[in-house]
Order: sequence, then structure tokens, then C-alpha cells
Amino acid sequence: MSDLSVKHLLGIKYLQKSDLDLIFETADHFKEVLSRSIKKVPSLRDITIANIFFENSTRTRLSFELAEKRLSADVINFSAGQSSVRKGETLIDTVNNILSMKVDMVVLRHPNAGAGIFLSNHVSASIVNAGDGAHEHPTQALLDAYSIRERLGGVGGRKVVIVGDILHSRVALSNIFALQMLGAEVKVCGPKTLMPKYVESLGVQVEYNLRKALEWCDVANMLRIQNERMDMSYFPTLREYTKQYGIDRVLLDSLDKEIVIMHPGPINRGVEITSDVADSDQSIILNQVENGVAIRMAVIYLLASKIK
Amino acid sequence: MSQKVLLSSKEIDIILHRLACQLLENHLTFSDSVLIGLQPRGTFLARRLLDVLHNEYNVKHIPFGLLDITFYRDDFRRGDKTLSASSTQIDFLVEGKRVVLIDDVLYTGRSIRAALTALQSFGRPGAIELLTLIDRRFSRHLPIQPDYRGRQVDAIKEERVKVCWKENDGEDTVYLVSH
Repeated sequence: MSDLSVKHLLGIKYLQKSDLDLIFETADHFKEVLSRSIKKVPSLRDITIANIFFENSTRTRLSFELAEKRLSADVINFSAGQSSVRKGETLIDTVNNILSMKVDMVVLRHPNAGAGIFLSNHVSASIVNAGDGAHEHPTQALLDAYSIRERLGGVGGRKVVIVGDILHSRVALSNIFALQMLGAEVKVCGPKTLMPKYVESLGVQVEYNLRKALEWCDVANMLRIQNERMDMSYFPTLREYTKQYGIDRVLLDSLDKEIVIMHPGPINRGVEITSDVADSDQSIILNQVENGVAIRMAVIYLLASKIK
Repeated sequence: MSQKVLLSSKEIDIILHRLACQLLENHLTFSDSVLIGLQPRGTFLARRLLDVLHNEYNVKHIPFGLLDITFYRDDFRRGDKTLSASSTQIDFLVEGKRVVLIDDVLYTGRSIRAALTALQSFGRPGAIELLTLIDRRFSRHLPIQPDYRGRQVDAIKEERVKVCWKENDGEDTVYLVSH
């Protein structure tokens, strides 16, 4: 168990439990590296990585870039906004042009589901999916599970509820795969309009009542309402959504236990989560961001060692 | 495959005591010195030396750490296997300290080169010394020599030196294995 079973990280679905364990174990070592006064190791000094983002991102792009630089890789950044994509260049052409500059690995974010999988069939570089449409966001799920493992000592047997916009969320899908693979029980909770039709076929239970879901769980992962992906009205008003599916101090204090609160960011303060909850000790939101760098270092290190 | 015994448990014990005495001679109170064992296999030797210094020469409170060099190695992507790491535990600053790096076998010198780089992440040591149980002569790729050596060994490239420790392998013995 010292090698990943895959050449690309396209989604959690394509991984095995041993891959997740290896990534977590490697991330533990990188976390220690990140606590040193010099937070950099020379492992990837002969690797070049292109971060190709066809969609806006702050946290994920920064986190990837920092992880790559901490590993001493050479990094080039590409955002669709300022590029020839505007002039009608296709995805394969764009990427092949970048690869002809001798790039070994591509970190790809794309608005269309399956973009990474498509690309992996057509180019030679190792692909890391940094979010493809409403499909998967594997490194987010890895860092979420890693943060649960860190806070609660393990993921197996824990009860996790994912709350909010399940329909448009790649974080939800990747989280469901990762948590189930690690032996956690998963429920999803949100308005019926934001629930995918066949979500139960993934082996998760659906709960429409937030209070019941919170009473059941150990961890609540609060998703962001993705206004930019909503092409129609899924609920009457934001205020009504907040009333039913937002969490605040009062609701948390009325539970008879202390649950862990997560959020993949960016937070809509006062919508899915109030400020006093987001900034409380129960919340591990900033730990998630911190762990993101170590997890991405682990993923890139393990994938890069398969590049010959 | 055949193997012959290079050092017996008795010989290892004598060498451990000699190395401990040599360390004492140079560091005396260890007030400014730290011992660092290299992961994975140098840590057994380092712990043994620490024990001898503690129990038989009554030197207490020597700062002791374990250093993993995986991410600093120069053969990343050059083998078939992914290099898997071990943990690093150094909870003190090495700034200005006299560091003794401890490993079981000195062969090409590449691990030590990596360790010297890795150590820089923890500060700028005053001086670094190297202690190894086995020094394989004539096989160095880099100009690195030990300051303290247990036994010098001539071995050809096809041979391997295997160091076994009671706590890990059930016996204290050093073998020369040839294929």
C-alpha cells in the first residue's frame, strides 16, 4: 500500500479505500512539513504543473498553487477569462498547446461535468480534477474527510449530514463517495427542489427536516447556495431558505450534543450559516482550508511519482 | 542467496558502548548537542545510543529527534515504487546546536546529502556530525564521511548490508547478504 491505483485524480468514484488511506497518511507528513519554519520540500523540482481554470475560484486555486510551490514544482496559471478560449479554441487544443510547453500535470476546473475524464483520454499529462460542473470535486471531499478524521479521530461509523443545495453541488457528490468509502453514514438534507431525483440510489437517506437531521448527526457539512448555477427559482426567497435550512446558535444550542460544523466556502454569512456559528469552536471551517494544502500536496506528490 | 554474519549481538553491544563513549568525549554534557536518527532504520541505532548514554553514563535530557528524508531524496520518480514517507519528530530548534545525525549504514552518501538539506528546514545548526554503525568503504557517490563509525566494511555493489535490531527483527545482528 504505497502506490495510488490511479494515474489521474478524476473523482472519488474511481478511487479505492486504500488510496484514501495512503493520501491521508501522506498528508499527515506534509502537515508536519507545513509546521516547520521552512515549509518547502524539493521533491517535485523537475515537475511542471499547469493550473487551468475555466471557472472562477479563489480558495481552490490558491490552495493548489501553494501546494505545488511547497513541493517545489514549477507552476503556470491559466484562467479562461483572459485567454484564447474567448476566441473559440477547443478544450483539447488549449490543453495541448499548454502541454507542448512540456507540462507534466494539469489541474483542471471546468463548468462541464466530465471535462477531466474527457481530457484524460486525449492528453498524456496527469489530470487532477479541481471541480467539473456539478459532478465531482475530489480534493474538497478528501480534505473534508481528512478534517473529520482529524477532529473526531476517524471517519468510520460517524454520521454526517450534508445540508443545502445537493442538486448543483459537486462537493456533495464527492463527499458522499468519500465518506461512504471510509465507512461513515451519510444523510442529505435540503429543500425538495434542490434534491437530485435519484439521490437515494447512492445509498444516502434524505431528510427534509433540518432539526431531525442535526439531532441524528455527528457532523453537519453546510453547503453554499449556488446562485450562479440556479437557472430558475428553487425556493421562494433566501429568507425562507434560511428559516428552514440555515443554522444559527439557537438551533445548535437546543441540540443535546455538540456537533461539528463544516463548510466548503465561500460562506454566505447569514444564509446557510450565521456568523456566530461559523466563527465558533464547533466550526472547523478554517481547519478545512488549512488541511486543503496538505491534502493537495499529498495528491500531487503521489500522482507525480507515477509520471515517468 | 547467502548471508554471512558481519557483527554478532556481542560485538554490536561493544560497538554501541564505544560509540557512546566517543560521543561523550566530544560532547561531554550534551548541553548544546542534539541527536537525530534518520527514518526509518537509523532510529533504532539512535534510540539504543540514547539508552546507553542515559542508563550507563547518566547523561539525561539529551534533545532527541527523528528525521524523515523522503521528500528530499534525489531519486524521486526514478524507481518503480512511490517513495513512502515516515514521520519526522523534531520538537526543538536546531539553530546553533551541534547536531549528530545517526544512521545504520553509510553507503552512497545520498541519504545523508538529503538529510543535510532536510535539516535546514529546522534552522541553521552550529555543526553537523555523522555517526553510522556500518561504513561501506569505496562505494560513495558523494564526498561524505562519518565522524563516528562502528565498523568499516568492504562490500561489492551486488551485496547488501542488513542490520537487524532486537526490537524490530528479533535479534541484534549485522549480515552481509549476497545474491
